[in-house]
Amino acid sequence: MMGEKEVVGAAMVVGGGPAGMQAALDLAESGYRVYLLETTPSIGGTMAQLDKTFPTNDCSMCILSPKLVATGRHESITLLTNAELKKVEGEAGRFKITVTRHQRFIIEEKCTGCGVCAEHCPIEGANSFDRDLAPAKAVYVPFPQAVPLIYTIDKGLCIGCGICEKFCEADAIEYGMDSEIDETIEVGAIVLAPGYEVFDSSKRIAYGHGVYPNVVSNIEFERMLSASGPTEGHVIRPSDGDVPKSIAFIQCVGSRDAQTVNTYCSSYCCMAALKQAVIAQEHLPGLETTIFFMDTRAFGKEFEEYLHRAEHEYGVRVFRNNRISKVQQDQETSNLILSFIDGAHIGEKIFDMVVLSAGAKPPEMSRQLAKMLNIKTNKFGFCETDELLPVDTSMPGIYVCGAFSGPKDIPDSVAQASGAAGRVAALLADQRGKLVTKKEYPEEKDLTGQEPRMGVFVCHCGINIGSVVNVPEVMEYASKLPGVVYAEANLYTCSQDTQKKIREMIEKHDLNRVVVASCTPRTHEPLFQNTVREAGLNKYLFEMANIRDQCSWVHRLVPEAATKKAKDLVRMAVAKASKLEPLPQPKIPVTPAALVIGGGLSGMTSALEIARAGYEVHLVEKEKELGGHLRTIYGTLAGVDPQKTFAKLKEEVLENKNIKVHLEDTVEEVKGYIGNFETALKSGEKIEHGAIVLATGAIEYEPKEYLYGEHPKVIRQTTLGEMLASNKFDAKSVVIIQCVGSRNDEHPNCSRICCSTAMANALRIKREHPDTDVFVLFRDIRTYGFAEENYNEAARLGVRFLRYDPASPPEVMADGDALEVHVDEQFIEEKILLRPDYLVLNAAIHPNPDNKSLAQLLKVPQNKEGFFLEAHMKLRPVDFATDGIFLCGLAHSPRLIDESISQALAAAARVNTVLSKPFIEAEGVVSVVDEDKCVGCGRCEEICEYGAPVVEEVSPGVFKSRIKEALCKGCGSCAVECCTRAIRPKHFRSDQIITMIEAALADEEPEQEVKA
Amino acid sequence: MEKGVDLEERRPIYEPKIVAFCCNWCSYAGADLAGTTRLQYPTNVRIVRVMCSGRVDPAFVLKAFSLGADGVLVAGCHPSDCHYINGNEKAAMRGTFLSEFLEDAGLEPQRFKVEWIAGSEGQKFANIVKQMVAELEALGPIAEGCA
Repeated sequence: MMGEKEVVGAAMVVGGGPAGMQAALDLAESGYRVYLLETTPSIGGTMAQLDKTFPTNDCSMCILSPKLVATGRHESITLLTNAELKKVEGEAGRFKITVTRHQRFIIEEKCTGCGVCAEHCPIEGANSFDRDLAPAKAVYVPFPQAVPLIYTIDKGLCIGCGICEKFCEADAIEYGMDSEIDETIEVGAIVLAPGYEVFDSSKRIAYGHGVYPNVVSNIEFERMLSASGPTEGHVIRPSDGDVPKSIAFIQCVGSRDAQTVNTYCSSYCCMAALKQAVIAQEHLPGLETTIFFMDTRAFGKEFEEYLHRAEHEYGVRVFRNNRISKVQQDQETSNLILSFIDGAHIGEKIFDMVVLSAGAKPPEMSRQLAKMLNIKTNKFGFCETDELLPVDTSMPGIYVCGAFSGPKDIPDSVAQASGAAGRVAALLADQRGKLVTKKEYPEEKDLTGQEPRMGVFVCHCGINIGSVVNVPEVMEYASKLPGVVYAEANLYTCSQDTQKKIREMIEKHDLNRVVVASCTPRTHEPLFQNTVREAGLNKYLFEMANIRDQCSWVHRLVPEAATKKAKDLVRMAVAKASKLEPLPQPKIPVTPAALVIGGGLSGMTSALEIARAGYEVHLVEKEKELGGHLRTIYGTLAGVDPQKTFAKLKEEVLENKNIKVHLEDTVEEVKGYIGNFETALKSGEKIEHGAIVLATGAIEYEPKEYLYGEHPKVIRQTTLGEMLASNKFDAKSVVIIQCVGSRNDEHPNCSRICCSTAMANALRIKREHPDTDVFVLFRDIRTYGFAEENYNEAARLGVRFLRYDPASPPEVMADGDALEVHVDEQFIEEKILLRPDYLVLNAAIHPNPDNKSLAQLLKVPQNKEGFFLEAHMKLRPVDFATDGIFLCGLAHSPRLIDESISQALAAAARVNTVLSKPFIEAEGVVSVVDEDKCVGCGRCEEICEYGAPVVEEVSPGVFKSRIKEALCKGCGSCAVECCTRAIRPKHFRSDQIITMIEAALADEEPEQEVKA
Repeated sequence: MEKGVDLEERRPIYEPKIVAFCCNWCSYAGADLAGTTRLQYPTNVRIVRVMCSGRVDPAFVLKAFSLGADGVLVAGCHPSDCHYINGNEKAAMRGTFLSEFLEDAGLEPQRFKVEWIAGSEGQKFANIVKQMVAELEALGPIAEGCA
């Protein structure tokens, strides 16, 4: 591809938010060297500032922090923080990049991140992380979990008093450094993930942000909600510190707004406001929250259910059709007065606080980046992409992901990030593995005959634990428990410097077991396991006590009892730790091939990208030909006919020598596990492969309502599209009804794409048949992102939008050939009669009915609706919880073409992370059979769903059960069924569990005497 | 008012001890979520994490009672949600058998519960603990000679 020149097996990722980190991790895990450039002193991006994430209300930092650490510690990722691009030369495959690194005035190698410098710094200035709600020192880290955890001196604030230098025991402070240095780096590709900036809502003068103290922006409010924020999670009125009784949220501040020129929709603010209202109500029961929406844009997976819960369970008041014109302040009380539309009436109400849902705008560096890299941006300054090439910029070898190519939420950004990594992997396939350094762990220490020597690390988690549980007391207590030879307390046990400390203490005190008392093992166990492994301990010689999620957070009002419980939890963890044993992790070879199920747009895209990265792919499609849904789509939002691209894609798939297409075939049986699947197809063919992509698509709902199927002039949106494409459309009047078969009791969620497709078709009608009347009957118009432009354009061309309430939906009557549509219009509160030539139903996207059997076959979950359920809704959008199985496209949830392609590329990238390795390390938590006790009854074989235990005749007439380690999931069910107790589930052995029960119920005082 | 303020005002006669076996995937996650959402519940519960509720040997429950637990909770994924397909069904079957056995031994039915708690049900976890503590307080300590 690159002529005779060789490509460079490295990539630069610009921007260290969730998207940048994901791209970096996927590339690094697929065998490429990565330089991750971030302009600020820490990676993390805007997500680090968030308190919670929708729709799961996960604590943002809790899910982000392990990613920060994983990125920071990856041996193939070099972090370039406080840095910016200076010059980029070269071409796809071989770029030469000059990077300017701004100095911290602290020697990075020496700084331990202890924070003594900041403690003693006398200067307090503006704190951009907390949006100036709290002061920052002149020497600072942006937030406590920062990666790398290295302090930076803000020369703008620093007065050069030298106090920090005096106190820094590491001698890390050096005022006299040159303020910046340049570095040159060679890479084969560039991924742009610079994110976005939040619109400065003070520019919307009529809202009084920056003038009225009780008007705050959404990011300020987010910091306020955060337990580690400036108010420690207390929602207070900035004017007087009082607890607000009512809060109003004003949506679309700096988006969908011709006044600010930002006419696009920022996509995430509706959900963010709902989340903030819900969380605020959880903080302050009895609080009244009101959100003034233009439309409720809850279009993502399970978002509509969240909206419903917010409205009906939390009592968040929702007003639609509102663009609040101004905020007035009562001078005496600093309360805020809003006028708003309530149906056909104008209402007025006083609120204690107002939150402005500020939208997204392109990052500041956007223009400069575009110029330097010669990439195209759209009229707003976001990176321009093609709908059918959603992660490609206009320059070959330069890819884009996240909000820089348009406002989007975290899962869509992360999917695009993986997608961009997939594109890079395909481009640089020849050089895979050439520039990476393999992580080498030291050889595991031999512990034979050693008594347990345990180290206990108790975490303050900032104030999360420390403000409730008496951490020093718990640490002191832990130090006296039997077998404990060392204990210490940490501000953040998960920070990078503490990992170093843990390794040092293992060495110094010859520890052979480590206990961390902090948060939940569900998020943090892998991090600490890796740390002990780096110090030569088997990773299973580690145990956690959850004294935050299950103690300090839930017992905030009873600090003494919480401290007592924390001691009990530590005692239980130490008791278990004393009985831990090193567990071997067998290396499982990987078959470098993938199985892609479903030959639609997503499946083909994924298959092709995996094939391009150099792996064998089996693409299984149940129909006679490839294409799936795509065959029925004749126009995208941008007005492009995708059929030409589709034809090309199909040809490429069929011609690629790495892809074997299995048409009219289905998956009958899947055996095995990550790296080693064995699949039997209906045709009888057997396939061996290392990973699976589920791309089974979805189906278009066949409406039962509005006379569909009974009256010839009632058609679906796809039929309208087809009519328009084939010039068969002829009508004077068309009515389009939205949300048919979605957002109802049976299918509670939004189908996401229908508003955009309605706009595309309405626009086409208006452009080609300007005299045709088009009415769109809607509940909320959800043309998120740049599709909002199509909505505006449709309105400009005279498409009429009538809002209906689902409680009184439109009524459709047939009068012979003619149709009557009665609408109970919500803006003007009047009944309207329409007599269209065509009634177009925008039918919902429903899950593929085949999902159920596939879910059983592959043992992967579906959500309530029947779409497949990913491992984590925010940060693992295309992974299943089961290793080695991925999903994309409509099988995941309804989405637009470009979004399906992004996910398909993402799934390919995730597959690459599996197939690029010669072997995978298996988990050590499996069950084993003690053959002396086993009587070969076969009960275990009977009940195991994974086929792990198999009874074999070991000698004539003697039967014994044997468990295949690679198939065993370690659930331990068989051990309970076993009548002779011959099965031992490792890591959850009966004696280990019983010792925890004993510890849980024992008295507080340790039996052992105090050690010297 | 802060959630759970009533807990502080409660003056228990004695502090019942509850041992809860929670499966890693759903109910332990539910207990974590109770924390993430800062729901307040009594401190009486001690969670033992297992990978699956199907791992909970009836012997563990008996052991807990014999060592002084006032109540035992086995919590797993909702039916059909089990991470291991049907470990929770096995737990349910054993639970039914155990309940009968414990009742025959003279223990009140409130002392042993099998519950399904999803990863998204922090509230449910908190409610179950609150309710169980209230019930155990009302019951008082296990009568001599039982269990």
